[in-house]
Amino acid sequence: MSARAATAPPASPRLTAWRLLANNRLAAAGLCLILLIALLALLVPLLPLPDPDATAPAERLKPVLTEGHLLGTDQLGRDILSRLLWGARISLAVGLTATLIAAVLGSAVGIVAGYAGGRADNLMMRGIDMLMAFPYILLALAIVAALGPGLMNALYAIAVVNIPFFARNVRGVTLGYAHREFVDAARLSGKRPLSIVVTEVLPNVLPVIVITMSTTAGWMILETAGLSFLGLGAQPPQADLGSMLGEGRAQLFTAPHVSIVPGIMIFLIVISLNLLGDGIRDVLDPRLRSGALARPGPVTHVAPGRAAPRNTAKDAALSIEGLETGFRRGRDVLPAVRGVSLNVRPGECLGLIGESGSGKSVTALSVMGLVASPPGLIRNGAIYLKDEDVLTMPETRLIASRGSRVAYVFQDPLTTLHPMMPVGQQVEEAIAAHQLLGAAERREKAVTLLDKVGIPDARERARHYPHQLSGGQRQRVGIAMALANDPEVIVADEPTTALDVTVQARILELLRDLQRERGMALLFITHDFGVVSEICDRVAVMKDGEIVETGETRQVLADPQHAYTKRLIACVPELGTGDRFLERVAGLFRREAQVS
Amino acid sequence: MTADAIEIRDLSKTFGGGKSLFGRARHAVDAVKSVSLTLRHGETLALVGESGSGKSTLARMLVGLETPTSGSLAIGGRDAGSLRREGPKAFGRMIQYVFQDPVASLNPRKTVRDILETPLALLAGHAPSRRRARMQELLDAVRMPADALSRYPHEFSGGQAQRIAIARALAAEARILVLDEPVSALDVSVQAQVLLLLRDLKAHFGLSYLFISHDLAVVEAISDRVAVMYFGEIVETAPPARLFADPRHAYTRRLVASAPRIGGK
Repeated sequence: MSARAATAPPASPRLTAWRLLANNRLAAAGLCLILLIALLALLVPLLPLPDPDATAPAERLKPVLTEGHLLGTDQLGRDILSRLLWGARISLAVGLTATLIAAVLGSAVGIVAGYAGGRADNLMMRGIDMLMAFPYILLALAIVAALGPGLMNALYAIAVVNIPFFARNVRGVTLGYAHREFVDAARLSGKRPLSIVVTEVLPNVLPVIVITMSTTAGWMILETAGLSFLGLGAQPPQADLGSMLGEGRAQLFTAPHVSIVPGIMIFLIVISLNLLGDGIRDVLDPRLRSGALARPGPVTHVAPGRAAPRNTAKDAALSIEGLETGFRRGRDVLPAVRGVSLNVRPGECLGLIGESGSGKSVTALSVMGLVASPPGLIRNGAIYLKDEDVLTMPETRLIASRGSRVAYVFQDPLTTLHPMMPVGQQVEEAIAAHQLLGAAERREKAVTLLDKVGIPDARERARHYPHQLSGGQRQRVGIAMALANDPEVIVADEPTTALDVTVQARILELLRDLQRERGMALLFITHDFGVVSEICDRVAVMKDGEIVETGETRQVLADPQHAYTKRLIACVPELGTGDRFLERVAGLFRREAQVS
Repeated sequence: MTADAIEIRDLSKTFGGGKSLFGRARHAVDAVKSVSLTLRHGETLALVGESGSGKSTLARMLVGLETPTSGSLAIGGRDAGSLRREGPKAFGRMIQYVFQDPVASLNPRKTVRDILETPLALLAGHAPSRRRARMQELLDAVRMPADALSRYPHEFSGGQAQRIAIARALAAEARILVLDEPVSALDVSVQAQVLLLLRDLKAHFGLSYLFISHDLAVVEAISDRVAVMYFGEIVETAPPARLFADPRHAYTRRLVASAPRIGGK
C-alpha cells in the first residue's frame, strides 16, 4: 500500500468523485438537465414572462407556438410557459424541502436506533414500521385531511411519509459501524456517546444519506404533483405542476397540450434527478467504486504482442516462464509481477515467499487467468501445464481446467465458502463441475473427501453450514474441494495465515501427507519462513514482483544469499530464543539503517 | 505506587442466558470462567490461547468495553466498578487498548491529527498548543514522519497503521496497555519492528503490558510471564523459559509442539 501511495500521489478525492460522475454519461446528462431546470426556476421572476395568474377568456386554449404564447394557453387563457416555470419552481422547492426534512428526521432516528440498539432500537423501529404499514397516499391524505389542504401541509405529509426510507437505510448502515473497532477506540479515547455518533459514525454514514436523498428526491416531486393533482396541494390560482395537470385533465381531448406540457416537465425533472441519483450512488458507494461495476471478464486479458518464452522445464507439472502481470490504471500499466519464472514438479512442494504487496498472489492467480480483468493484464510470459501453454488455450478449455487440473486453496475459508449452503453440498458442487456422477454417488464421494481431510464424523458434518465449523475445519473443507477432481497442481495461497498455531500445524501436516500420497505439485504461498521450513522442498523468495532467490529449502535457510532473504529469516521468532530475538532484529535493522 | 497494575480475582463473563419473553431459558456461553490474574508494574504478561478461548473478552473487560458478570477487577489499585461510575474518561486515563486489526481501529474518515487529538484533549486534558507538541513527540516515539498527521488511515501500510494506533494509546498517558494480538495481522519483518518498538516504548515510558497472542514464539520474545488460557480458564502461568522447557498442561504442550521451527524438519 505504501509503495502505491509513493508512486502516485493521490489526487483530492473530491476531484476524482467529480470526474467519475462526469464519466458516467447518463448521470452527467441528468446533472445538466436538472441544473438547467433549476436555473430557469430560479430566474423566473427576472424573465420577461406574462403574469401566470392573469386570465384572458378570449385567448383560451390557444395551441402551442401561438404568437405571444410559446406553449399556448390553458382553459382560462393563462400563458402555459409562464405557469410551467412558476409551477416547476414551486414543485422543486416543495419536493427538495420535503427531501431535506425527511432526510434529517429519518437519519436522526436511524442513526440513534442503530447506535443505541436494544430496547431503544426496538421502540423506534416499531414506530417506523407503523408509519410504513399505511399506503403512503392514504397517510398523506389523512395528514392533509387533519391539517387542511395547502402546499405547506402537503409538504409535511410527504416529508413524514418518507421518513421510514431514511430511518431504515441509515439504521442498517449504522448497525454495521456501531460495533466496529474504531468506535470502541473512540470510546476508549474518552468520547461520550453523542460525540461518537456525531463525529465518528455520522461521517461514515453520510454517503448513504446523500445516496438515499438523491434517489428519493425525484419520487418526492412526483408525490407533490400527485397530491396537487388531487387538489390537496397547491390551491388555485397558484400554479404547480401537479395542479396544472389536474386542471388540464378536463381538456385532455380538445386541447391535450394543456396537460401534456406539465406532464413532460414532471417527467424531465424526475428522470434527471433519478439519473443523477444513480450516478451519485455509483460514485459514493465504495463497493461499486472499487470496480464491482467493471464486471471482470472470465479470464485475465493477455496483451496481444506478448513474448512467450519456451518451456525450460518440460518434466514440471507447472512451469511459469517470464511472467509479467500488471494492472491497468488509465493509460499506464502498473506492474505487479515482473518476469517471474518458476516450476513445480509432480510430488514437489515449492514455497513462494514474500511480504504483502510482493506480487506472490498475483503470480498464483495468473496461473489460471484469475486476475480480475479489467484492470488485470498479462503482458508477457507463458504458463505451461504439462508443456501446454495456458495462455493460448481457448477460454472454455481454460475454464474447464480450473479445479480439474489446477485447484486453489485460499487464505480465509470463511469468505470463500458459501455461507448459505451446507459444506457437503459445496464439495458436491466442486465434484459436479467436472465429473458426471449420480446424486447418491456424488454425496458418497463428498463424504469420503471430507473424511480424507480429517473432518471427524464427516457424514454428519457435511450437513453443517460454514459458520458452524471452526476455522481449521473450514480450511479442511476448502482443501477437500480442491482435491475433489484430483488436480495435478494445487495452489495454496496463505492457507494457514488466518489460523491458530496449533491448527496451522495440523493443516500443514494434512497438506504434506495428501501431496505425497497423491503425487501432486503444490505451490505454497506464504510470508512466514517458519511455515516454509515445515512443508516446502524448494523455496522461491519474491520481492517487488521479482524472484530474488530460489533453491532447496534447507540450503536457502542454512545459507541465504540475498539480503532480503536473510532479513525474512531473521525476523521469524523461534521458540527457545527468548529475548535474544529482539536483540538480533535490533542489530539487523540498525545495520540496514546505516546502509540506507 | 504499591498496588499491582491489574489485579483480577475470580472474574467471569457469561454471554446470553436469562429467560426469553416466553420463559424459555436462553443459551448461555461462559466466555471467561473465574479467572484470577495479576499484572505487576513494569511487567509484560502474555496471555496465550486459541481463538475463542476468551482472551479478547477478558481484555475488553479490563478496558471497560464489557462489564464482568461476576468477580472483582482493580486497575492501578482502583476498583473497576468505581472507575466505570466515573465515566469513560476515568478508565481511559488508567488503561489503554491496542486492537488486532490496526486499519479497522482507525476511523477511515479522520486524519491522524484528528485521531490523536481526541485522547490528548479528552483524557490528557492538554491545551491546544501543548497538544501539537505532544503529537510530534508521539509520532517521534513510534518512529513515524511528522507529515503523517495530515494523512488518512488508508494511506498507511498495516505496520504504519499499528504504530499510529499505538501512538493513540500512548496519547492518553495511561501507564497500562492491553495489546490484543497487535502483530498477528502483520508481515514478519514488520512484526519484528513493532515488537522492537513496543519493547523500547515500555522502557522509555515505564509501561506495563498485557500482551495477548496465539503465537508462542512472539510471546517468548517479549514477555516476562506467560498465562495460558484454554476454554475461558487460565490453565498455567509461568515465566516463558520454564513454560517452554517444561509445559505442564496438555494444551500448553500442544502449543509448544505446534510452533513452526526454521530447519525443524
